[in-house]
Amino acid sequence: MANRYSLWSLLKNGLKHNESWQPAWRSPQAKPRYDVIIVGGGGHGLATAYYLAKNHGVKNVAVLEKGYLGGGNTARNTTIVRSNYLWDEAAQLYEHAMKLWEGLSLDLNFNVMFSQRGVMNLGHTLQDMRDIERRVNANNLNGIDGVVLSPKEIQDIVPLMDISAKTRYPVMGASYQPRGGVARHDAVAWGFARGASELGVDIIEQCEVIDMIIEDGRIKGVKTTKGDIFADRVGCVAAGNSTPLAKMAGVRLPLESHPLQAFVSESMKPCLDTVVMSNAVHGYVSQSDKGELVIGAGIDSYLGYGQRGSPHVIEHTAAAIIELFPSFSRVRMNRQWGGIVDVAPDACPIISKTKVKGLYFNCGWGTGGFKATPGSGYVFAHTIANDEAHPLNKAFALDRFNTGHLIDEHGAAGVAH
Amino acid sequence: MSAYRVHRSSQRINEKAPLTFRFDGKKYQAFAGDTLASALIANGVKLIGRSFKYGRPRGIVGHGAEEPNALIQLETGAHTVPDLKATQVEMYEGLSATTTTGFPSLNFDLKGLAGQFSRFMPPGFYYKTFMGPAKAWPFYEEIIRKAAGYGRAPVDPDPEFYDHLHHHVDVLVVGGGACGLWAATLAGRAGLKTLLVDEQSEAGGWMLSDARAVIDGKPAMKWVSERLAELKSLSNVTVLTRTTAFAHHEQNLVQAVELVQDHLPIAQRVATLPRQRLHKIRAHHVVLATGAIERPLVYGNNDRPGVLTAAAGQTYLNRYGVAVGRKVLLLTHNDASYDTALDLAEAGSRVTLIDTRQRGAAAWRLDAAKKAGVELLLGYGIAEVQGGKAASGAKLVKLDPHCLTVTGKGPTLSADAILSSGGLTSTVHLFCHNNGRPYWNEERLSFVTPDEGRQGISVAGAITGRWGLGEALAQTHASVSAMLIGFGRTSSSTCPVSEDKDIQPTRRVFRVPDGKPEGHGAKALVDFQNDVAAADIHLAVRENYRSIEHVKRYTALGFGTDQGKLSNVNGFAIAAEALGMPISQVGTTTYRPAYTPVTFGALAGSHVGDTFDPRRYTAMQSSHVARGALFETVGQWMRPWYFPKGNETMHQAVDRECLATRNSVGVMDASTLGKIDIKGPDAREFLNRIYSNAWTKLDPGKCRYGLMLDENGMVMDDGVTACIADDHFYMTTTTGGAARVLNWLERWHQTEWPELKVRFTSVTDHWSTTAVVGPKSRAVLQKLSSDIDLSADTFKFMDWREGTVAGVPARVCRISFSGELAYEINVDACYGHYIWEQVMEAGKEFGITPYGTETMHVLRAEKGFIIVGQDTDGSMSPIDLNMAWAVGMKKPFSFLGKRSLSRSDTSRSDRKQLVGLYTEDPKVVLAEGAQILSSRNTQAPADMQGHVTSSYHSAFLGRSIAMAVLKGGLKREGDTVYVWAHGKMHPAKVVSSVFVDQEGVRQHA
Amino acid sequence: MFQIHCPHCGATREEEEFSYAGEAYIPRPANPEEATEAEWGDYLFMRKNTRGWFWEQWQHTAGCRKVFAVKRNTVSYEIAGTWTLAAGKELYLKESEA
Repeated sequence: MANRYSLWSLLKNGLKHNESWQPAWRSPQAKPRYDVIIVGGGGHGLATAYYLAKNHGVKNVAVLEKGYLGGGNTARNTTIVRSNYLWDEAAQLYEHAMKLWEGLSLDLNFNVMFSQRGVMNLGHTLQDMRDIERRVNANNLNGIDGVVLSPKEIQDIVPLMDISAKTRYPVMGASYQPRGGVARHDAVAWGFARGASELGVDIIEQCEVIDMIIEDGRIKGVKTTKGDIFADRVGCVAAGNSTPLAKMAGVRLPLESHPLQAFVSESMKPCLDTVVMSNAVHGYVSQSDKGELVIGAGIDSYLGYGQRGSPHVIEHTAAAIIELFPSFSRVRMNRQWGGIVDVAPDACPIISKTKVKGLYFNCGWGTGGFKATPGSGYVFAHTIANDEAHPLNKAFALDRFNTGHLIDEHGAAGVAH
Repeated sequence: MSAYRVHRSSQRINEKAPLTFRFDGKKYQAFAGDTLASALIANGVKLIGRSFKYGRPRGIVGHGAEEPNALIQLETGAHTVPDLKATQVEMYEGLSATTTTGFPSLNFDLKGLAGQFSRFMPPGFYYKTFMGPAKAWPFYEEIIRKAAGYGRAPVDPDPEFYDHLHHHVDVLVVGGGACGLWAATLAGRAGLKTLLVDEQSEAGGWMLSDARAVIDGKPAMKWVSERLAELKSLSNVTVLTRTTAFAHHEQNLVQAVELVQDHLPIAQRVATLPRQRLHKIRAHHVVLATGAIERPLVYGNNDRPGVLTAAAGQTYLNRYGVAVGRKVLLLTHNDASYDTALDLAEAGSRVTLIDTRQRGAAAWRLDAAKKAGVELLLGYGIAEVQGGKAASGAKLVKLDPHCLTVTGKGPTLSADAILSSGGLTSTVHLFCHNNGRPYWNEERLSFVTPDEGRQGISVAGAITGRWGLGEALAQTHASVSAMLIGFGRTSSSTCPVSEDKDIQPTRRVFRVPDGKPEGHGAKALVDFQNDVAAADIHLAVRENYRSIEHVKRYTALGFGTDQGKLSNVNGFAIAAEALGMPISQVGTTTYRPAYTPVTFGALAGSHVGDTFDPRRYTAMQSSHVARGALFETVGQWMRPWYFPKGNETMHQAVDRECLATRNSVGVMDASTLGKIDIKGPDAREFLNRIYSNAWTKLDPGKCRYGLMLDENGMVMDDGVTACIADDHFYMTTTTGGAARVLNWLERWHQTEWPELKVRFTSVTDHWSTTAVVGPKSRAVLQKLSSDIDLSADTFKFMDWREGTVAGVPARVCRISFSGELAYEINVDACYGHYIWEQVMEAGKEFGITPYGTETMHVLRAEKGFIIVGQDTDGSMSPIDLNMAWAVGMKKPFSFLGKRSLSRSDTSRSDRKQLVGLYTEDPKVVLAEGAQILSSRNTQAPADMQGHVTSSYHSAFLGRSIAMAVLKGGLKREGDTVYVWAHGKMHPAKVVSSVFVDQEGVRQHA
Repeated sequence: MFQIHCPHCGATREEEEFSYAGEAYIPRPANPEEATEAEWGDYLFMRKNTRGWFWEQWQHTAGCRKVFAVKRNTVSYEIAGTWTLAAGKELYLKESEA
């Protein structure tokens, strides 16, 4: 890598007043034709381009992004990474992503600050605990780490949590995945962008796809705000905006795009070392390296592309956090925001070919997309390069909505995020 | 008192009310009306904190919400609050605050040492290192974590409370400065229901700081107090101070937080009043009179303690009677700062005014300054502030007329305070929270709102870029008058007059040149809180982080608890320069709530503790408590879990309860089941469509179990429905599913089959249900009812009868969730407790035993009855559950979910299906949630065939039983499977899921 | 948080009184048994998920329990109006034709 990052490069450039740093990625003019176009320059799209180039030798690739790189859900999530999913198909896909996360900073030569500080999913009812037992056992048999914690063990890890019986929904236990954690969301997009660019991928920002060019049921390219760009294979990775894109190609998707909100507190000294999630009282929280509590709210019920939701959802989430951590009542919210999550009926992604030859969709990640970023790109690159699903994403094809072969993480997992 | 305290006629502090406070343990004096910041400055305390990344010494910069540096920890123990801005903390007697940064101490900070090497820690340096070896990152990260962060999270539960208050008003005015007050006055005089909120302890806005302002020929503060008096006299107007509107949402919903008691000593706070109150204001119209905030200029070491904004210097002086310095340098590019210089000179400070403009301000101002003894240096800038933990002076440079380059050296001046003014930044946040966009006004050098506002929002005053008081009031008058016309009102009021004297244009300067390439000279800070220097923004752009959002995210510009109120515009401007683009094209980052930070407690309001979510209890609650029940949470309900006697464990209690019920009689509270009254000539047809089984032939007096599928063919609820009359049914649902089912019925009826004449009423709370269960249940009931014929031949299994029980009108259903002879007595909930006690009394001779959900689960599992949500998970069809008998495939109408059952995957015969399991060792009770393997091979990924859904010790059978779902299980009876949980493996045999009384003799007895 | 006008109650109330009930006017196949798997799958799961003006259903769960039609912009969140299902359908069909 021409512009390799290291302690040495920091020293060298520091001595030169940091004036010799090179662009992290190139911003070339779009060529008229590519082998593959990736629509969507978020984490998943950039990862797809990176793995196309790295694993499949497909380097004549363009990533088209209508705004700035990583400006969608990559920039708006609560950065939780875990792989403790219930169903085999989902668990294996997310575990593959987890393994990639574990080597990602070195692979990309970009520190994505993947921090395996553990993820805890709390149980508050007997049924929660049954679901937790079921999931942890299934995880272990799928080779995924996980244990069931007692309230006492929870308290040892999270001293500020109220595990007393007097709460409205007392904490009865938790599943705990020590390898889970958080990562620096922006860095993931930038790291993949830099890696892909280095391998020859063209990253075109401020370039919105406005139509698809299709002939005889085969994709030929896309019309964009920067002109027509041709390619025989087009992969769409546009999260909340997937349906409007699919519509251009006459493809129907089983998605609904909802606002999902989150907020951060002011920055404080370390007080929470692990990620805590609770489905029953509906909130999840971790503390960033900068010291802010990063808190995810519930999903807004209505369709919304506005990247904002309703304030009562935030209010309920604040109440949930106080239910778990009564002392956080006096902590202050600094900033709130919203993203657009594309939710599939079974809360599982769609990584699939479509009825249009050469057109692929990777969407439906709902609230769970960030954690899958490298794995999603890895299998989607495979799917595009080979015009055939990778074994890990075979089950995530569109036809499951016709056959009924849903992978219902919704009802089963007891955790939605 | 220190040399910094001066007396000003404009001051708002009360010199007759001295207070004492502590900062970092040291005792100081202040006055009522001070903020913590003004008191600290008055006491000569300059070093307040250390910066986030480089540990640079920091002091107070601003005077309000914009403060980036002075983040303090207020109080200790349960009342502690982290990260408050000293500029916003009102002084009270006994206040105690500590600094939040500095390790091992504020004076000697290790980070400060590391900061000497800051050139090796440019923005994003952590992305570029600490990568390997992989195991090393957690080590580095812990150091980074410990070094970051300001205050400490409270540890104890909050001793104070919060609440919410809703308002519906015609007009909400945000901001109580001159323009906001005038807007509220006009709206109030027009008779509109008006609410004005202002974040400070008293209204007045900038008028509190500007001692020279005149409105209608009188001192502005006199005009302000007249306005306040008038507003107070109007019954249709409310003024809330200490109330910050922090978010604007859809349809003019504004959230504002009022600090009700934070300004009082803790001991004086009223226990019955909230600490803070969240106001949720729906306004037909919002007037934003949010003003503007002065930003500093960007120059070398502009972050040293003792370097403030000019507006802060003016505010501390005129409002609090505190001179920020005795020898002051004031760097500016505009006329307004001359007032600050005059005021300081008037108060006895030696002031040098450094104007980047060659010709300085308007002539009359130059004259006034000279007359007041202000030293003027025109065409100069500051290259570098001198001093470490406190500014001691500055090195000046001579600038070209455009302020783009350095043309020569300037003098080096000593000072104990340095002020700068980089112009005003309109406070457009609320305008932008909900999709509004500001535009760049090149003349006023600010992002401002369009004069016309937006639908439902008017803008007034400095938010539009009108810095002159006169022009701001005129614009406010015009804007609010137009609003009144929208309300069908007129105004005869005349616009207040304030003369805007002539000024020289402001010179466009953001970064003051120091004659060196960017990054070579002293660090010129843009974002103080995040240690973002001008050079860092150039570096971000150099590295292709060209979108302003990328610049923000890469450098952390504007990410702090001040949300860039001082830094953003300077940052955008410097980015624009680096990008070679106009600022208008660079744009802004997104404005998001909260305008200033809001306590979680205020957001949650009263939805905490016991009122976090309601607890629902049945009418029999006191009976259960009296009998020592422990409770289980089911949905919102609290249900008796089991009734331990003495030192019984749960298992002992449940064994006893089970045996008593199977051998004699038990009693259970079934009141929490959802109950829906369904009426209408098409009620029966509706049930046929909504349930998978058939309802055509159910006569009045009969009950039937019903299975409800979603349209995807999966079981979503179940329950028994009684036919009351041909057009009247009484449906029960699962406890947790009651609300969902009612909505489900309503939605299908209204959207798909509105032609069906049927109505639904939730009657869950109207009926109490006592289930009397066991071979002696008939005998118990016979003692209580004389008008119901309970004989086995006439009152059969799945019949129901109307009559009286213990003199109370009742519906008695002979249904069973245990496989025993059983009756459910439904009475008006008012009699629930009475009936329960009557049953207990009548059952005494049979040793009647109350039981809870745990025993209920064992009894139903022994009989193979499912619990929706435990034995199903949204992926089980009735066929999977071996309940084909409850699917009326021949019904004429294609009931909900039917078509889905025949899809290629749903009709597979090897789906997971419900089975029973017997462990080889009858003593072993399998774990619920254990996974089932077909061999002993646990090599990951193991071949998981299903899992255990329900598992118990059956005292009645003297062994363990389990229900499970297993791939192709219905054809695997007799197979041995291996059940695995947490590393332990137990072989088990697949058996029927009905363990007790497969023929149904007991329930038909 | 929206304020929504319930056409049945005739009252404008806060969003918290209502439940979202998804895309409006999805016709259930008249003869489900005759629908192909693809047709049935389309009805069950495929959604317009419109970016822009969208016809949706809300239910006044904490009020009259009626389901009604709302035309709302999913980007600006502006609400054009609310109608009873029957009245809304006429308008909806007219718009679909146009």
